[in-house]
Amino acid sequence: MIASEKKKIMVTGAAGALAKKVIDKLKKDYKIIAVDFRKKVDLGIPVESYKVDFNKRIFEDIFREHKIDGVIHLGRITASESNRFTRYNANVVGTQKMFDLCKKYEVPRIIVMSTYFVYGASPYNPSLLDEKTPIKAADLTMDMVDSVELDNLANIYLYKHPELNITILRPCNIAGPGVRNTFSKLLASKTAPVLWGFSPLMQFIHIDDMRDAICQSFKKNVPGLYNVAPSDYIGFQDAVKKSDCKLIQIPSVPTSLTESVSKFLKWDIFPPFLLNYYRYPVIIDGNLFNKTFDFKPKKSLEDIFNYYKGIK
Amino acid sequence: MPNKKNNFLQNFLESDDFEKYIELFPNNIGSSGYDPWGLNISGIKSTLGLAKYLYTKYFRVEVTGLENIPKKGRVLVIPNHSGQLPIDGMLLGYAMLTNPIAPRVPKAMVERFFPTIPFVGNWLSSLGSIIGDPYNCAKLLENDEAIIVFPEGVRGSGKLYKDRYQLQRFGNGFMHLAMKHETPIIPVGIVGLEESIISFANIKPLAKFLGIPYAPIAIPAIFPTKVYIHIGKPLHFENDIESEYEVKARVNIIKNEIKNFIDLGLSKRTSIF
Repeated sequence: MIASEKKKIMVTGAAGALAKKVIDKLKKDYKIIAVDFRKKVDLGIPVESYKVDFNKRIFEDIFREHKIDGVIHLGRITASESNRFTRYNANVVGTQKMFDLCKKYEVPRIIVMSTYFVYGASPYNPSLLDEKTPIKAADLTMDMVDSVELDNLANIYLYKHPELNITILRPCNIAGPGVRNTFSKLLASKTAPVLWGFSPLMQFIHIDDMRDAICQSFKKNVPGLYNVAPSDYIGFQDAVKKSDCKLIQIPSVPTSLTESVSKFLKWDIFPPFLLNYYRYPVIIDGNLFNKTFDFKPKKSLEDIFNYYKGIK
Repeated sequence: MPNKKNNFLQNFLESDDFEKYIELFPNNIGSSGYDPWGLNISGIKSTLGLAKYLYTKYFRVEVTGLENIPKKGRVLVIPNHSGQLPIDGMLLGYAMLTNPIAPRVPKAMVERFFPTIPFVGNWLSSLGSIIGDPYNCAKLLENDEAIIVFPEGVRGSGKLYKDRYQLQRFGNGFMHLAMKHETPIIPVGIVGLEESIISFANIKPLAKFLGIPYAPIAIPAIFPTKVYIHIGKPLHFENDIESEYEVKARVNIIKNEIKNFIDLGLSKRTSIF
């Protein structure tokens, strides 16, 4: 296939580890337009790279300049990077802008990355939450509003604009080399906070498997909402021990004390709005995705924890 | 010295014959020994000795009707609930696990506040307890598991000594699940635990303040009463009801069966110890 015949895919959040892996895997078959709000990422030829804010008019120039055949939307400002207001503007309003441009320029395929956090960590959660389960994270903390709203927005566009062929992915904890989310940073650190008497069941997916999940779901056009998680589980404190972290037991009762400790520590791996995720399990059912996209994770939990063990 | 102490504790808690039960565990146990509800092989292993002691030595459980538990396939086991603490679930679970005819690893539905208690929530999950949610129950039945459900809920476990052996209101949820998922119901009567923890009153404002379903004024002891468990024959109900009244009538069939088993147990015993 010669370069000019290749379809063009815009990958947002291109500075992130996952996006880089996705780009690396797809660049052989597609022309990649890499976009990030943080910096212009140098991914080498033939990847074209832009530093752009979705909420600025200049963002549309990328759509004008390139005939985009698909968008893989991985870009997100995380809680450790900015405040709630800025996050909402970038993650929700910015994504809406992107959807509208996709509509205007007739982009026929979009993958949106959401998160299992949207289900919310509640003591009343049943296990194996499927995609029909109501999302409750916003009830539990206002700091998750942008994640919940982004997910809702994507769902609205999925049903209102079927021509966009939107696939929304809600992965469990992504972990492995380069991943900078809260739980990944926690496993990578030498000391890890855990709540006294709580070891919620968790799921982890290796970054390489998540890359494959994204690429497979992009190539096989089946719009919809999908959890992405392996059918393997581990208690949080076991995961921390297997990653060779030293456990720091934080008082878990009363909850106000735990919150005060978290606020006092100002530790990015122990933010107040995620405390319930250190306390209660959120186990999702990834079967629909596995069956639809014929997906099976290749890396085991052991592989993931051995990686974190190895970097210490 | 600490090592000796730890070894003694470990020997007491763990049972020698654990290995023979491993093949009975559900098919969805992951690489770290957990199933999706938190049941954990090492959790059961480290508690089986204690359960054995409570079952055989402390409460000297006498069980009848074990042949009524099917060897395979989904089943809802419905007992009466009593005793302030979920000891009845543990003893019935042990009886099912060690059943020489058809051993099963049951799941037990517990009150929703348990996951909020440090250590206790995780410990109960590791033994196969799950919060009483129809969604959980449906998923487990689809996986052909055996589930213990207490339809009285906290109304049963928190009742006072003066109300012993008086069955409280049964919820209808288990019957809906049984009909929808074509699952046999096995009624069970448990006698003896009403006298193991004696509660005279429930301080409701304190319970509300602590966020727990009841705060009993109880004799601070667990008495070694003798426990009788009678397991009834499986009952099948078609999914053909037209109103909630019909569901209630079917629930009452189960309730009456359990009442009969309780009466049978009470008539059998000559002493509460």
